[in-house]
Amino acid sequence: MGMRAETFAPAETIQKSPSSWSILGRELIKDKLAMSSLVFLIIFLIAIYGSTFFIDQAAVTKVDLMSIKAPPSSDHWLGTDLAGRDIFGQVVLGARNSFTIGFMITILAAAIGLTIGLIAGFFGGIIDNVIMRFIDFVLVLPFLMLVIVFVTIVPKYDIWAFIWIMTAFLWVGKARLIRAKVLAERELDYVQASKTLGTPNWKIIAFGILPNLSSIVIVNMTLNLAGNIGIETGLSYLGFGLPDGTPSLGTIVSNATDPNILQNYWWMWLPASLLILVLILAINFIGQALKRATDARQRLG
Amino acid sequence: MWKFTLRRILIMIPQLFVLSVLVFFVAKAMPGDALTGLIQNNPNLSPQMIAEQRERMGLNDPAMVQYARWVGNLFHGDLGISYVHKVDVTYLIGSRLANTFYLGVAILILTYIISIPLGILSGRYQNSLLDKTITGYTYLSFATPLFIFALVVVFVFGFQLGWFPTSGSVDAGVQPGTWDYFMNRLHHLLLPAFAGAFVSTTATIQYLRNEVIDTRLKDFVKTARSKGVPESKVYSRHILRNSLLPIAAFLGYDLTAVLAGNLFIESIFGYPGLGQLFLQSITQRDFSVVTALVMISGLLALIGTLLSDIILSWVDPRIRIS
Repeated sequence: MGMRAETFAPAETIQKSPSSWSILGRELIKDKLAMSSLVFLIIFLIAIYGSTFFIDQAAVTKVDLMSIKAPPSSDHWLGTDLAGRDIFGQVVLGARNSFTIGFMITILAAAIGLTIGLIAGFFGGIIDNVIMRFIDFVLVLPFLMLVIVFVTIVPKYDIWAFIWIMTAFLWVGKARLIRAKVLAERELDYVQASKTLGTPNWKIIAFGILPNLSSIVIVNMTLNLAGNIGIETGLSYLGFGLPDGTPSLGTIVSNATDPNILQNYWWMWLPASLLILVLILAINFIGQALKRATDARQRLG
Repeated sequence: MWKFTLRRILIMIPQLFVLSVLVFFVAKAMPGDALTGLIQNNPNLSPQMIAEQRERMGLNDPAMVQYARWVGNLFHGDLGISYVHKVDVTYLIGSRLANTFYLGVAILILTYIISIPLGILSGRYQNSLLDKTITGYTYLSFATPLFIFALVVVFVFGFQLGWFPTSGSVDAGVQPGTWDYFMNRLHHLLLPAFAGAFVSTTATIQYLRNEVIDTRLKDFVKTARSKGVPESKVYSRHILRNSLLPIAAFLGYDLTAVLAGNLFIESIFGYPGLGQLFLQSITQRDFSVVTALVMISGLLALIGTLLSDIILSWVDPRIRIS
């Protein structure tokens, strides 16, 4: 009798398994470090994009010989550089450019990597083989050196050229990850059932497999965003990043290539460096929390 | 075992071919050619003589022929002539190679000194305060951009505290071959090597931690414990023997990083190695040197992954199947 009663348990006690989005959200709230990182990131984004209306790039980049190398004061919150330009204004503009461009590279690399990874993993066979040989090859190439070479030899170098050069190298890692996941996914019953029912391949990929990959893609994109901002600012530091006229946080840090500035004028490079560090750490903490959420064994709650 | 090794070596041949074609066409896209290094800033040459010389050197030949000649020269170790310094590229690279090699080796040694104990401790005392601290450290070292860390390190330990030199690989006037010379070089090497190692420890620590956590619950470890093997020996004899070999195999993959990753370190610490040579050459538009360095790095990377793949397949037979 008891068993029967259980079999006919009222329907409302059956829990719907939570969607991948609500799992990601719940993990973020549980993890205090990730939550405070998220709050910081939101305030940071509002500040840098909102201030665009108040900060005028011409005024920030204006050379003011009366106030060269001025230490931080109420006029110039973070002092001025060798040409008397306000560092604080440059940091705000640089942060905006670095974040925007890192974000665009991440989106583009994800879009291309996702498409190619889905195709390689789903169809397999010779297509997969050719694509994977190519990906393995690109992954071995000396990435930084080639980016620097392309940045130097591209005619009419501008922001888009930089974005595409970076994307050309960065989609491969993503495609490899997605392909591995699709390989596992396509053996599952629901894909086999759809195939048997005659669902067209693109529908299985777009509406069957893709939603199941969404959480992995989100996690990977978050971590890549942090990495891409790091690479962009690093290249800009070396002088092979964003073109002249588009200040990056890395461009400000490159003041420190002069040992005299590195040693004696900390405000010209340290605040921008710390901002890069904090920004990347915050995005990473969010990414790590999301990563834990995708692995049921590691969740906090 | 030999089948996998042979197949893996065969895969490298098309990779080498594609790499050389890529570098060749990138080099073609750069301004200047083999003649530029010889004639630049020489006003005594008439345009007609230059044209004749071009024809004689085969610079007007079809791309295919030029490619074949370029590859042939590569095999003979002829990398062309530097446009700026007017010397053989091989000589320029040779003068810097040792420095980059020492830096790479120092980074690797420091990486292992830091990461192997941390990884083992972290896994052995899982979820303890120590483990959490070490995991926190790996989060930091994973996220911190190398150039920022290197700048802060050189600022604090080089300029503020004055413990280490801030540029160069050795002080002028120290007699080569003496003990002082060795110590002086080591002194110059420590700070850049530490900066590089800080960032590269993450992977090894996380790998070892997971390995130790997985292995210490396995049956053969339980058997060893129930036989009465002391805990320290369980770790040194039974668990680590399994986990350390793959780490040795990762050495090959690190070869790639030795050159490329050192762009930042060598530029920030003013260390005269290949990374610095690359940056100087590209700034001075000395493209024959740039081409040679890209080709060599690509080659090293291919050989490095080849070595790692082969060693890993010997250590772990499961890899051979795929």
